[in-house]
Amino acid sequence: MEKVLMKGNEAIAEAAIMAGCRHFFGYPITPQTEVAAYMSKRLPQVGGVYLQAESEIASINMVLGASSAGVRVLTSSSSPGISLMSEGLSYIAGCDLPAVLVNIQRGGPGLGGIQPSQADYYQATRSSGHGDFRILVLAPNSVQEMADLTMKAFDLADKHRMPAMILGDGILGQMMEPIVLSAPEEQKPAEKPWAATGTGGTRKKNIINSLYLQPDQLERKNLERYERYKAISESEAMYEEHLMDDADVVLVAYGATSRICKNAISMARSKGIKAGLIRPVTLWPFPEKALANASCRAKSFVCVEMSMGQMIDDVKLAVKCSKPVYFCGRTGGMVHSPEEILKKIEDANGGVINEHCI
Amino acid sequence: MHRITIFAGHYGSGKTNLAVNHAFQLRKSHPDKRIAVCDLDIANPYFRALDSKKALEISNIEMIASGFSNSNLEAPSIPSSVSAIFDCKDILGIIDVGGDDRGAYALGRYSGRIAEEGAQILLVCNCFRPLSKSPLQIESFKREIEAAANVRFTGMVNNSNLGSETTAEDVLKSMDFIDAASAACGLPVVFTAARRDLLPSLEGKMPGLVGIDIFRTEKWRI
Repeated sequence: MEKVLMKGNEAIAEAAIMAGCRHFFGYPITPQTEVAAYMSKRLPQVGGVYLQAESEIASINMVLGASSAGVRVLTSSSSPGISLMSEGLSYIAGCDLPAVLVNIQRGGPGLGGIQPSQADYYQATRSSGHGDFRILVLAPNSVQEMADLTMKAFDLADKHRMPAMILGDGILGQMMEPIVLSAPEEQKPAEKPWAATGTGGTRKKNIINSLYLQPDQLERKNLERYERYKAISESEAMYEEHLMDDADVVLVAYGATSRICKNAISMARSKGIKAGLIRPVTLWPFPEKALANASCRAKSFVCVEMSMGQMIDDVKLAVKCSKPVYFCGRTGGMVHSPEEILKKIEDANGGVINEHCI
Repeated sequence: MHRITIFAGHYGSGKTNLAVNHAFQLRKSHPDKRIAVCDLDIANPYFRALDSKKALEISNIEMIASGFSNSNLEAPSIPSSVSAIFDCKDILGIIDVGGDDRGAYALGRYSGRIAEEGAQILLVCNCFRPLSKSPLQIESFKREIEAAANVRFTGMVNNSNLGSETTAEDVLKSMDFIDAASAACGLPVVFTAARRDLLPSLEGKMPGLVGIDIFRTEKWRI
């Protein structure tokens, strides 16, 4: 297969086009602007629609509209822009609509900064909008995965009729790597009998709506949706294991951070410390079982994040606090060095309980 | 030899790495000259010439960059010290321009000075980038950048690469591409850049080879 050299942001955009997405609505923000820039160049060439909205709030509502009409649609932003999309995202979930959105995280809170970050984990997995709902969250760790998981996100979103988010960070968005762009296997596009495509006078109207006039109706709808979430959390969790066969110290990291962890693990192994990595590829559903299994034989866990510690809650829940879980974090746009992760691996291997270990 | 060399082209074509390499080559051939690298990139938030500031300064190469680059403040500004490259005739100047026409607008500010001075303006090409794979695409980047910066290219550089995975075969494969791009643009190929360790397997097989080093260090490289 032919290799091309791409930026992570470009790979997302081209992969979306290969997945059949012909509609993009967005508003530029560093460090994800290349997604929009690439789409503005490419979508007109393939008969698509690129529209720069007046704001992120407008973008996400355009996504709601396009998705209601049954087409594959993408929007993309970075942390502050995703916050603005919260309301629309909740409406999309409440309408049971598929949509793919991209968050290339930058430092926060507030305007924060433009350097890479992973501090939107809570937002992505817990609080992407008001009300009872979940979104699928996919966390690539290479430019190749930026492409592959984007295609997968479209399939999952259609299959489960819910929003899917690609949660990347500034490093992944900006870095360049050679990749192979391979179209997903020939498959029938998901049937969307629910879409508002015009009745042609032959069927009942499809109504896309998140308003329920009676509370018992709304409760029934939410219960039904959570039944689906339960099935998804049992079937769709994805993760990668790295040197886990004999690992005493288990690192848990996603995205760009997982790459630095692999370098730290090599350093630890050359010092005789058996370290390994579990890398969640889906953050929701979280690969709880993989962590629970690892907790049977591992001595301790180290959760490594570019944040003040957010995924660590899921790690502790997954291992049911049966083993110490250490934390190694950088924040505000700063990136770990392999050495500082190594130091934490050494602490976790020595069983030293310090203030970061609960 | 031109006193000023300017690298422009599609973003991600490798302009910054070429600019830094060119500076070190100049230092070798001109040990006693003042040399300055100017980071004129107003488009890219990360991975800039400024990342090589320390290495350049050790070789006594001056770095001219916006005080805001690599910070959290996204201020697409040009420092006044860029003018030194044009005013101080004893400086050998290298200008690293931002990608595409958008990045090249910043160069337009100096088009008059460039016309007076007669700089070497190089179009950097990488045939492994998906939007610059064909001679036609290269020609359209040429036109867009020239229109944005109000300058005319004097030559092109074949910098076709797949990052750290580039093989000698990849570089050889780019020969036909760059010849066709050169014909489409009406520009001579000034040199072909190849990672230094690939040179032994390429020498004698293609003209105008220049060995380069990759200066970007990435702790997330696996």
